[in-house]
Amino acid sequence: MKFESKEFIKGIVKENPTFVLALGLCPTLAVSTALTNGLGMGIAATFVLIGSNIIISLIKNIVPDKIRIPCYIVVIATFVTITELFMKAYSPALNRALGIYVPLIVVNCIVLGRAEAYASKSSVSNSIVDALGMGFGFTLALLLISGIREVLGMGTFFGHKIMKGYEPMFIFALPSGALLVIGLLMGLFSLLKNRKT
Amino acid sequence: MNIGQFLAIFISAVFVYNVILSRFLGLCSFIAISKETKPAIAMSLAVMFVTTMSSIITWLIYQFLLVRFNITYLRTIAFILVIATFVQLVEMIIKKISPPLYRFFGIYLPLITVNCAVLGVAVLNIDMFFINGKAIAGSFYYSVFQGVCVGVGYTVAMLLMSGIRERLDFCNVPECVKDFPLAFIIASIMSMSFMGFNGFKL
Repeated sequence: MKFESKEFIKGIVKENPTFVLALGLCPTLAVSTALTNGLGMGIAATFVLIGSNIIISLIKNIVPDKIRIPCYIVVIATFVTITELFMKAYSPALNRALGIYVPLIVVNCIVLGRAEAYASKSSVSNSIVDALGMGFGFTLALLLISGIREVLGMGTFFGHKIMKGYEPMFIFALPSGALLVIGLLMGLFSLLKNRKT
Repeated sequence: MNIGQFLAIFISAVFVYNVILSRFLGLCSFIAISKETKPAIAMSLAVMFVTTMSSIITWLIYQFLLVRFNITYLRTIAFILVIATFVQLVEMIIKKISPPLYRFFGIYLPLITVNCAVLGVAVLNIDMFFINGKAIAGSFYYSVFQGVCVGVGYTVAMLLMSGIRERLDFCNVPECVKDFPLAFIIASIMSMSFMGFNGFKL
């Protein structure tokens, strides 16, 4: 059990997919305008990660080495389609807010990256833990970015107004605000890392 | 189908909703490969070619396979498979007929399979030029043109970025923002200046 908790934690801090590995940035920046969108995207990506990691670690011995990437992509695309249909049925508002970024989970480097780097070499249980950790780290990063952007850009927190008389800095809700926030956060991460060593 | 519509697509894809600076598609490659101008140009040309071709192919697949047999929910799977196969095919053809060209952008081609811009433009075409599962008039031409324009937008952003970053090599920046963080901050300022194009009323 000790080994598994290490697998879980590495995804959140040491190998955080967003800030340290710089993977899967496109959806991170595009959907992080509000906390609900960030949370929805995080959960959707985590679900895809878990599903594809399970299947890929199960089929890793059957798939020939040469065509493994197309096979992985098909598995991932299947789970993305499942997620998309679920979201359309149960949360149409979220589906509209996330727009084309839901099908784009297929090309999210985190999912294929974990399939290739981890699930294709590890046991099913370890792959699940790895997917959970990575998904959790991704969701946390999304929440951090979208939290900053929503509070500064809209003056709200999960849609509730937090301060009276606060004039929102609308630039943070726009694309350039997203790039600025992630640039500064990455700088902060590397500053903290350098200080530790 | 008229000229005005084409102009609108061009301005919106290249400037107002620039694929990188406003839609964030293809951001990973944008940050990773924009350190020098030459590879940046190679990557941009490769992307432009693939977005154009994949717009054509995915439109045909959608119209004549998915819509016809009423299986449009398989869109994501079908598109990504077709794009991956196509990129692989192009790579093999280039390797066979023109080794210098292969050396010029061969290593960037496999990266394009997982470039969000390519799948993104395919999905966007379907969302914009199909209404209730039916192709609008001139839909095919609009889709192909949008594919080209997204490639142009990618090239514009890539050239600007690589030019700036080449000069930044001579600057003394704080250790903690070197490379990635600084690239994002520059992209943010570029995106801010591209916001000026929002004023275009089309």
